[in-house]
Amino acid sequence: MSTSTISRQRLAPILGRTARWVLGKLGGGIFVLWAVATAIFFGIRMIPGDPAEAIMGGPGSQASAEALAAARAEYGLDQPLYVQYFSQLWRLATGDMGTSYSLKTPVAEVLGELIPPTLVLAVLALVVAWALALVLAVLSTRSGAVGTAIASGLEIVSAAVPHFWLASVLIMLFATALGWLPPVSTSTPAGLVLPVITLALPLAGFLGQVMRDTMARAQRSAFALSARARGESEIGVLLRHSLRHAALPGIALSGWAFGSLLSGAVVVESIFARPGLGRSLLSAVTARDIPLVTGVALISAAAYVVIMALSDIAERLADPRIQAS
Amino acid sequence: MSNPTPILQVKKLSVAFGNSEVVSDVSFTLTPGECLALVGESGSGKSVTARSLIGLAGPGSTVHAESLEIGGRDVRGLSQRAWRTIRGAQVGFILQDALSSLDPLRLVGKEIDDALRLHSTGSGSQRAARVVQLLESVGLDDPVTRAGQRSGELSGGMRQRALIASAIALDPMLIIADEPTTALDATIAAAVLDLLGTLRNSGSAMLLISHDLAAVASVADSIAVMQDGRIVEYGSRDQILYDPQHPYTRALLAAVPAGKPRFTKLSPTVPANSSPVLRAPEATPDLTSVEHSPVLVARGLSKSFAVDGADSFPAVSHVDFELHPGQTLGVVGESGSGKTTTARMALGLLAPDSGTVTLFGEPWSSIPEAQRRARRSSLGAIYQDPLASFDPRLSTGALLADALSQGSTRNPRNYRDKIAELLDMVGLDPVLASRNPTTLSGGQRQRLAIARALAPNPRVLICDEPVSALDVSVQAQVLDLLDELQQRLGLSYLLISHDLSVIRHMSDQVVVMRAGAVMESGATELVFSNPQHEYTRSLLAAAPTMVPGRSA
Repeated sequence: MSTSTISRQRLAPILGRTARWVLGKLGGGIFVLWAVATAIFFGIRMIPGDPAEAIMGGPGSQASAEALAAARAEYGLDQPLYVQYFSQLWRLATGDMGTSYSLKTPVAEVLGELIPPTLVLAVLALVVAWALALVLAVLSTRSGAVGTAIASGLEIVSAAVPHFWLASVLIMLFATALGWLPPVSTSTPAGLVLPVITLALPLAGFLGQVMRDTMARAQRSAFALSARARGESEIGVLLRHSLRHAALPGIALSGWAFGSLLSGAVVVESIFARPGLGRSLLSAVTARDIPLVTGVALISAAAYVVIMALSDIAERLADPRIQAS
Repeated sequence: MSNPTPILQVKKLSVAFGNSEVVSDVSFTLTPGECLALVGESGSGKSVTARSLIGLAGPGSTVHAESLEIGGRDVRGLSQRAWRTIRGAQVGFILQDALSSLDPLRLVGKEIDDALRLHSTGSGSQRAARVVQLLESVGLDDPVTRAGQRSGELSGGMRQRALIASAIALDPMLIIADEPTTALDATIAAAVLDLLGTLRNSGSAMLLISHDLAAVASVADSIAVMQDGRIVEYGSRDQILYDPQHPYTRALLAAVPAGKPRFTKLSPTVPANSSPVLRAPEATPDLTSVEHSPVLVARGLSKSFAVDGADSFPAVSHVDFELHPGQTLGVVGESGSGKTTTARMALGLLAPDSGTVTLFGEPWSSIPEAQRRARRSSLGAIYQDPLASFDPRLSTGALLADALSQGSTRNPRNYRDKIAELLDMVGLDPVLASRNPTTLSGGQRQRLAIARALAPNPRVLICDEPVSALDVSVQAQVLDLLDELQQRLGLSYLLISHDLSVIRHMSDQVVVMRAGAVMESGATELVFSNPQHEYTRSLLAAAPTMVPGRSA
């Protein structure tokens, strides 16, 4: 059939481009994971103290010299550094993340418990940040110069607020003074509200700034005027034209934003005493729990790589002008 | 002529933004089948007038009118909801700049479908069929495919046609077209004007807005000339073209280069240059001694570009030309004909795949850049968008100091006299030296670009579409300036333009290019009065003229 020949001709370069794109992302991702594993391996050895002591339960354990030597031999810590490095890379490559020093359970098992709560927190915060940013962008474009100035001020302030300060203020206001919400993040939905807001607000300010700017430009554009001249209402121009343009920079930034949410989770999970990757990372570093630190860092990096690829795909879907190349 | 009910009646329309009135006392009438052209320079209030006719004058505007009637209905003080039933249905609006007038993220078919969806009740499949039918009626091939593409995938002419399709989707009784052909090549512009002409013939009234009298002369029945927000002259097409009364109308007519012999002044307000010529042209003696040896010669120039990893695309193939001292060589062709690639090779900015460029009889394209650099001062260049070629942080004076010192200093104080002299030479007030180019008008910016190009005392100037972004009246001033400088300094120009009238008015020799190849070349009047190639004939036919009898 001639039609199928044509479609195959048109499809072949697209498939080729897609395959190249997937391979590129995969290679980049593996490189990032290797770089993270290497940085963690050498970085953690610069912290003063003996890892064997950490295995035996920390400096307070008063372990005997024999016990420490036995631990070193068991975990391969008496080997030369490069042997340790390559055997660690090999173990990680084969999916073995080892056993946590402090928890004495396999790292994979620990991560399996920690990932879901952090993922819920980060995804909710991203959704809330998007919603706030869009509402702010729409309201300010509909309310003239004063509204724009107010929205812009709000955005700058919230983008500049540090997580720990915002968390403290929210706890004092909504938990201590008003008593509406629990100060500690429990497993109930109410316990999620304050941590999510703490993470979402600065991000919303940041996203809002870029979205409002793009939306205002779209509202003034010739295609918006054309749409109005066709009889489109202001709401219609906003929904059918400007909103989509405003979303583009937001989508492009969301991959990066997710990474910032993961690092924000370290602070927020600690303050709200919420189980998760961030809080465990902090305690693992303090306890010199090398396998757990490596595991959390690798999982975060992998999540970041996946989210970046997803936001890249979302960007291509939302903006057909970007060609897969 | 009988007097049917007017489709549009405007009496004493005024539009103000804050305290400044941009449109004052504008009155005109449009009857069915009539086409009125509203002509004036940018900033004369044409576009604001058009937009206030559909209640979209813009935020912060105040519109007053003694009478404003569309189809006999008073539209003063209508609510937005009521306006929406008029926009698109009774009045179709075609904006200038089709590139940005279609949403780049949406399908062209969707944009046209919007007009139908907002006003009529047809089902989705009925509307889809109508969209294809509309795209076909505006002369787009393969309308089904076009409906599924986005504006970025269409050429300029196709976009303009798609935009027209969206404006006529509901057979409006009034069509307003704001500079519908300004960004288009001549042959495409002529086709779009023809299309607008057929719409008018089907009974709709049309308001056509342009800065270029020649562009609308073939379609308009009557013409209103606007200056500073007022209509200064209003009459039938023939009255305005052949018996203009107002001095401004006469100036606009004089600015059109079509049919004006070489060195005819196009602008009445060429800055009086009484100051003596300080930079005596060093090239003048050469003019007599080497009269017959060309300054810039191209032989067999070819250049291909690889496109998306596929086969390479020949942008320029086997181009020959000779530029003689003190003369202008015009290169004319439509977008994509390889004009700019040729210019870049002539400037030594792009290495040809094969062929050579020689400058003053010595090799130019074949020598290493280090050797070319020493001789670059003899070759200047100006472009279509001067602002893009200026470093935005530099003042006018700093830009010129940079050019005068060949890049070694940007301090205007070191070159105060020379800067003043250069500005004076291009008709700019020397006080502008302290200003930033962004504060200058389009015409002033192009004068500044010329001053900068002249700073290192070049003998050859390569001008790539130097007036394409300018209003006809400003274009006239810049063309006059180029003529004057050529005569004073003995410059040779390689002038590139898609505008046949400009080329014909300015050039001694001409090269007609299409798809990277030379179609025809020779002495300008010989080529254009007796074109041998079919393509030259089609270009000539598409060029707007104001010769009597050419009426749609």
